[in-house]
Amino acid sequence: MHADHSFTQAFQGFGSVSQILLTIPFTVILVLYLLAVIVSNRKHKQWPISRTILWIIGVCCALSAVSGPLVQRAHMEFTSHMLGHLLLGMLAPLLMVLAAPVTLVLRTLPVTQARRLSRILKSRIMGIISDPIVVVILNIGGLWVLYLTSLYEAMHQYILLYLFIHIHVFLSGYLFTISMIYIDPAPHRTGYIYRATVLILALTGHGILSKYIYAYPPAGVPRDQAESGGMLMYYGGDMIDLILVIIFYYQWYKAVRPRANTSKCKGNKNFVGT
Amino acid sequence: MISNYTKASSTRNLWSGILFGMGIVAFIDETVFHQLLHWHHFYDKSTTAMGLVSDGFFHAFSWFATIGGLFMFADLRRKKSLWMKRWWGGILLGAGGFQLYDGTVQHKLMGIHQIRYVENVLVYDIVWNVIAAAMILAGFLLVVNTRYEKNETVANAR
Repeated sequence: MHADHSFTQAFQGFGSVSQILLTIPFTVILVLYLLAVIVSNRKHKQWPISRTILWIIGVCCALSAVSGPLVQRAHMEFTSHMLGHLLLGMLAPLLMVLAAPVTLVLRTLPVTQARRLSRILKSRIMGIISDPIVVVILNIGGLWVLYLTSLYEAMHQYILLYLFIHIHVFLSGYLFTISMIYIDPAPHRTGYIYRATVLILALTGHGILSKYIYAYPPAGVPRDQAESGGMLMYYGGDMIDLILVIIFYYQWYKAVRPRANTSKCKGNKNFVGT
Repeated sequence: MISNYTKASSTRNLWSGILFGMGIVAFIDETVFHQLLHWHHFYDKSTTAMGLVSDGFFHAFSWFATIGGLFMFADLRRKKSLWMKRWWGGILLGAGGFQLYDGTVQHKLMGIHQIRYVENVLVYDIVWNVIAAAMILAGFLLVVNTRYEKNETVANAR
């Protein structure tokens, strides 16, 4: 296939440069998080070790998707590209959200700067870009554009496009996760039914696209790779969304906890709960 | 067991069952027929756009519903308003309803995939849909049987 050939050539052109450029930001946030843990532990009680571990694993998932052997294979093989997509766009954001980076930053920063940050988080613009429906359009819509147009093929030829798409995949995955589950302070909270509806729509969009890729390979992708890549996207997406949905319901389960001790309500016939 | 049966909890028992039932049938379909037996196909070449959307939506919903149904179950237990018989009625209704929808609308009308790619697929279709109808009937009987009337009646009936 001619596309494979052009991928290989293009890869040799900018492969190492793009790897370095994408490795830097993720390495920086890994180091910053660890520094913040050390600094804030001096002032406050111990930051949970589990969160630090989640952050490390999350950043490693992202790093493995933007540098190293997986990237080299992803340039030539669509299935590897899809594995990278799952790691960068879904698993890494989920693990990193669970590490509560904003909470850590807020407790590390001096009060005035922490206030400034929380003012930014509360701003209207943040409310709009973290609204579930907006995020799903950015996230799933972006994927539809990537795989249904010639963008996927072009991505491997233009370094800026390559960088932009990879950063977009990660950021939109992160925004999607924080708009669905609330681990960090979330000033723009939305209701459970709204989020559940949007989450189902997002899952639907992801599932349909996976099957569409299976049937209609993106430009430059051989059929057998599109089939295995599509199935990986479908079932892999399900696995990661399973964790997201469980956390979503767990938060609902905690939120509707009866206020009074249930044992006291036994005799109360009007007790409905919430 | 002292229970807090109210109209609301009665509805919740039913819905928890329906959601979980739908999800469990979808799960069995996916693991047994798709993955283990390879009777169904991941994608059928004749699939229409509408069929693909319907399939995607139902897959997403059932995935979501399975987990949601179980969390509702946990919530009912916590509030001591779990009504097992009604919950099972809901499961049978949800499972049967999903299977009947899958077997008639998705398999036949939309042609997403067939149960099995053999000559006499009609036999499979009949077995599939009769099982679905039987589950709906059994579920319906259980649900009617456990209809919420009044707190006292329910409490006494136990």
